[in-house]
Amino acid sequence: MTAALVPFASFSGAIEFIFSEQTSNVTGGAKVGGFEQAVELTLKQLEVTVLALALALIVALPLGLYLGHRGKGEVVLVGLANAGRALPELALIALVAALIGIGLVPVTLALAVLGIPPIVSNAYVGVRQVDPAAVDAARGMGMGEMEIIRKVELPLAISTVMGGVRSATIAIVATATIAPLAGVLTLGDYIINASIYGEDGRLAGAILVALLALSLEGLLALLQRRLTSDGLKVKTA
Amino acid sequence: MGSPLLLAASGQVGGDFFKERTSDTLPCQAKPNEPFCFDWAKENIDRFGTPTVQHLELVVISVLIGFAIAFALALFAHRSTWLQAPLLAVTGILYTIPSIAFFFLLLPVTGIGKDTAIVALAAYTLQIIYRNTMLGLHNVPDSAKEAARGMGYTDRQILWRVELPLAIPEIVAGLRVAIVSTVAIATLAVFIGGGGLGTQIYGGGNLTFPTSVFIALAIVVLMAMAFHLGLLLAQRYLTPWRNARAI
Amino acid sequence: MRTDQTRMRVLLAALAALAMTLGVAACGSSDDSTTSGSTESGSGAGTIQSNPDNGKVSLTIGSKNFPEQEILGEIYAQALTAAGYKVKSALNLGSETVALKAVKSGQISGYPEYASTALTSFFGLEPEEVPANADEAWEKANQEFEKEGLQAFEPTPFASANAVGTTKETAEKYELETVSDLEGVSEKLSLYGSPECRQRIDCLAGLEKLYGLKFKSFTPVDIGLRYTVLEKGQADLSILFTTDPQLSAESDKFVILEDDKEVFPAGNIIFVTEKSVAEEAGPDYEETILKVQEGLDLKVMQELDARVELEKETPKAAAKAYLESAGYIG
Repeated sequence: MTAALVPFASFSGAIEFIFSEQTSNVTGGAKVGGFEQAVELTLKQLEVTVLALALALIVALPLGLYLGHRGKGEVVLVGLANAGRALPELALIALVAALIGIGLVPVTLALAVLGIPPIVSNAYVGVRQVDPAAVDAARGMGMGEMEIIRKVELPLAISTVMGGVRSATIAIVATATIAPLAGVLTLGDYIINASIYGEDGRLAGAILVALLALSLEGLLALLQRRLTSDGLKVKTA
Repeated sequence: MGSPLLLAASGQVGGDFFKERTSDTLPCQAKPNEPFCFDWAKENIDRFGTPTVQHLELVVISVLIGFAIAFALALFAHRSTWLQAPLLAVTGILYTIPSIAFFFLLLPVTGIGKDTAIVALAAYTLQIIYRNTMLGLHNVPDSAKEAARGMGYTDRQILWRVELPLAIPEIVAGLRVAIVSTVAIATLAVFIGGGGLGTQIYGGGNLTFPTSVFIALAIVVLMAMAFHLGLLLAQRYLTPWRNARAI
Repeated sequence: MRTDQTRMRVLLAALAALAMTLGVAACGSSDDSTTSGSTESGSGAGTIQSNPDNGKVSLTIGSKNFPEQEILGEIYAQALTAAGYKVKSALNLGSETVALKAVKSGQISGYPEYASTALTSFFGLEPEEVPANADEAWEKANQEFEKEGLQAFEPTPFASANAVGTTKETAEKYELETVSDLEGVSEKLSLYGSPECRQRIDCLAGLEKLYGLKFKSFTPVDIGLRYTVLEKGQADLSILFTTDPQLSAESDKFVILEDDKEVFPAGNIIFVTEKSVAEEAGPDYEETILKVQEGLDLKVMQELDARVELEKETPKAAAKAYLESAGYIG
């Protein structure tokens, strides 16, 4: 019976770690844990996630929308989407650390690379699924091609596009978790360097990472709902 | 008992044990910036054997378990539509939590080792398989169901003989995405002692040895490709009556 | 629309990819055989003899998670296997606190620890209190271990210590020969070290507290990158180990600064185990371990480190080569 209670004991130890500083596992050292440190690492993970996502959007969104508008490049984009899924984030971080460099810039670039495939392929699919009649009507009204993309296709495709953004975010947040391997200290530090933070710290890290990922996903889901105009809302997700 | 004799270097190794090394004579793998060392790769490829087998094991077991659960859940939700939203939410949560965090959330319950890895990897696949199965069933044209009903099929017969066969392209597509993702994510199993190709990326000094990382990466991508193409073929053979959509 | 020809191509591609994957898998999966305890009849007096009584005892040998430790773990594991024990290895445990916990909880039978680390990390000694003499350090550590039901076997010939290292150019530019020379200069320099370094008194904590140095920045990186960051110019200073093979192989590139205030005590390896485990395992346990470490002087350890860190051999292969060359196993 006591064995069943062990998990609860671990979780309470982890919660304590988040809120109060403790003596480090490695004697003679500074204290670890505590609210301030948790916030610092969370902010760092948010920082690198947002930067990478922004970079991925800048590169992938216009490209995906344009290709979707022209109807070109489907095979390449499908391949890219599959390749992106098959790319192990651990290998990416390891190669970046060893060959390019460690620090915020190389890591952000690597994370952006992970975010590009879902955004570009979803943007493409979203635009392809726009009713051609709407595009024709817009052309008939004298809109230029770029205007059509911006004012007609993007709003109609926004739900699918946001789906891509959400996928990208999940991949980026997950990889940002192992960014400490490349010198960017995110919440993953608690998990990877458990020798300093102890088992309580490690579990605390896991909890905080999960909460961060879920919060971001929730925010983006809300945003997706807001941006999708009412006429387009689909019943089944 | 601290005999001084024990501390004196007994020099028992043979003289040929030592190698002369200077900056210029260092082999490719000793230099930190070398992206790929072909000689080392040729000589040490067998090091990747066991991790590859472990990796395959992790992937196949996790996806089979994930598929079984997600498929069953989809069947339930197809019958009792009130289940759809909550199941989507739950599988979504499992999908959103980064796998490495998931491993350590499970740790107090399932311990270190590949079992924990399998549970987490299976949980990750649930959403995509569930969603695609639901989508496949949803897209079955009413006319087909009506026709079957007209011929006297029971609900269960309709499900198994009409709806599911027509939903196969979507279901297999979901399975394909799930398995490709799992091949990539299974590299993280090294963090929870679950073995796999991640051991050649993160374990024992490999993190800073690009050659080993590249080889592990190549095997992962090949494995993913093999599963992807294999399932693509299965999809075509199972549904000769229509073209499956890509993606 | 897919034609039969395209179908054929897709099938062949899939089979090719699958075949390559299985080829790699088959190629090496039979690699994991443990050396069976074969009785060596008389190839040298130093050879380990297999004692059938030991077959009843199962041991798990652990180690911390960097190459030198893994080599040592493999040496002990293979030696004990030759002595007839049933041995498993659990190398790559983590830092010393994790390893100690593993011994106390019975997860492993024992692991190799540095006497200096034991004294500073476990027993709270200040670095200057660590005896320079290997025997004294061992006795002191053993005394403390015995209070917790543990035991430490006698030390290896070689010792290793942390060191502050840099490139030859940086050393010449700022005229650095000892760590104290960093005074006044260190604020301009970045230091890179292992993640635990931040907390350890024989690492960053000691540099700050006992040398009174402040660095421009400290960046935690994986131990394996300690020379890469110097070579790439990212790090001005890096924490190295005195047994590092790069220091002799690339002595024209890297230098270590002399530890004039003796903050980085050198530690010989002592094997830490639970007393009860040692009793159950019989006299061959300690004897085999002590026997097989007799040949581990500094030169040998550096050679072994070089094989694993520079030539990227596996610790298992390096350990085997050592044991065979020294005649401990046939």
